[in-house]
Amino acid sequence: MDVLHNLARLGFFAATLVTLAAAVMVVTLRNIFHCALALILVLLGVAATYISLKAEFFAVIQILLYVGAIMTLVIFAIMLTSRIGDKTVLQNNRQGLMSFSLLALFNAFFIGSVIKTSWHLNPAAMTANVDAGVLGAAFMNEYVFPFEIISVVLIVALVGAIILGRSDQ
Amino acid sequence: METSESIFVVIKKAILGFFHGFLPDWTVVIISILISVTAIVIFGPVTMMFLTWLERKVVGRIQNRYGPNRAGIFGLLQPIADGVKMLTKEDIVPRAADKVTHFLAPVIVVIPALLVFSVLPFGRGMAAVNLNVGLLFFLAVSTMSTIAIFMGSWGSRNKFSLLGGMRAVAQMVSYEIPMVMSVVPVILVTGSLSMVSIVEAQLGGKWFVLTPWGFFGAIVFFLCGVAEVNRTPFDLPEGESEIIAGFHTEYSGMKFALFYMAEFMSAFAIAGLTATLFFGGWDGPLLPSWLWFLVKSYAMIFIMIWFRGTLPRFRIDQLMGFAWKLLLPFALLNIFVAALWQMLPAPKNLIVSGIAEAVILVIVFFASRKDSPKKRTYVFAD
Repeated sequence: MDVLHNLARLGFFAATLVTLAAAVMVVTLRNIFHCALALILVLLGVAATYISLKAEFFAVIQILLYVGAIMTLVIFAIMLTSRIGDKTVLQNNRQGLMSFSLLALFNAFFIGSVIKTSWHLNPAAMTANVDAGVLGAAFMNEYVFPFEIISVVLIVALVGAIILGRSDQ
Repeated sequence: METSESIFVVIKKAILGFFHGFLPDWTVVIISILISVTAIVIFGPVTMMFLTWLERKVVGRIQNRYGPNRAGIFGLLQPIADGVKMLTKEDIVPRAADKVTHFLAPVIVVIPALLVFSVLPFGRGMAAVNLNVGLLFFLAVSTMSTIAIFMGSWGSRNKFSLLGGMRAVAQMVSYEIPMVMSVVPVILVTGSLSMVSIVEAQLGGKWFVLTPWGFFGAIVFFLCGVAEVNRTPFDLPEGESEIIAGFHTEYSGMKFALFYMAEFMSAFAIAGLTATLFFGGWDGPLLPSWLWFLVKSYAMIFIMIWFRGTLPRFRIDQLMGFAWKLLLPFALLNIFVAALWQMLPAPKNLIVSGIAEAVILVIVFFASRKDSPKKRTYVFAD
């Protein structure tokens, strides 16, 4: 089964390559609608990466939330904004050098810290089967407090959205 | 009986056994994958072809006419004639269209419609992939068709297309929520997201539709599913009397046929999913399992066609009100009823959850006020 293993590895690299290429497209394409479509490709590539890491649940949730909900909203916003999708807008301004050098600095720091960290691998966690049931049990027992807080925040956001979106009586 | 039950599994095993004789192990795995993929890729379009025939025939009967009856006996060759017509038609691309997006949209719209078939259990041991998150996979992948509809409507640079696309997304975003909520009780009771174990939990006639929560859950899910695939009475995105053909106004020939194909394949997938989740999937007496699955799915398809022959189109405010004020609260409260049914001992749970369901139905029905458009006051210039 060595060949299959290598094929799976090839798939992982292909997904990564597509993700990176699409990410470059997001910031270089001139039409904002095309950028949004490229962003969808990025998110699907990340989902494919999750699958290759045997986290199917995360992959599916990624597609359901990001591609299904958030990107739909983004595209909807583009379509509702009058004529923004027609134009081809230059996406970069003249501060490219400045931001690039800052980003390079940040990246140097970031990559350095990634290399320096020794990444203790927990063998129990490596082989653990993290499916929806395990996650749900963890939310309801060990992490119930943060879970409740997030629920409250979401409800506040929902109520706020309803109040903001309500038509004037 | 035994052979007809597992005929497809036996055929696949025979092919694999033949190749196993002289090919290395890893190729056999790939061939096994290819067989499943080929089966789905053939099954989808063939189903679509005969759904078009069935739809025209049944709607014809409802409207007191014959439907197609020229090509072949009972008009059975009509889908092939249609296919030849579609393929030979001129492919027109509007000059102002965004070429790439316009071309990619019909290609992409078929992908999710085919992908969802991979997790449907067509019979005993006949799911192409037994994902342990199969149900979520189905829901997630089917949302991707929205993106393709968007691409088509935006890439055409046509006002009617754009209107259709915006209607499509507003509708899909709204109906997705009650749809997901209405499958939560099934997950709650079976304790699994895998389609195969959901069917196995209903074996022996313990279909979920026979429980109080399952009965109403099935109705909510089916209605949302019909709305998701843009069929009558929820066909606002392509309402031909209002916006020509909605998002596929600017498509002709095979590209139009691909949109059509995706729509029918999704309709079949929704019918199959309803049968799997609430009607016991391939469970049933006497007949082989895959035949039971097809019978149940086609019964659902028949109801969809019946809808089309009977009901007029919703108005947009009725459409939104129906999803947000009726289906969503009902689906949410249905989760509570399913929890009651699951927690209480066997004879008591039927009565208690039945009463709870009835009370909830009455409350939701009366609490959702009749929605009528606001009276407009016009201010005229002096």
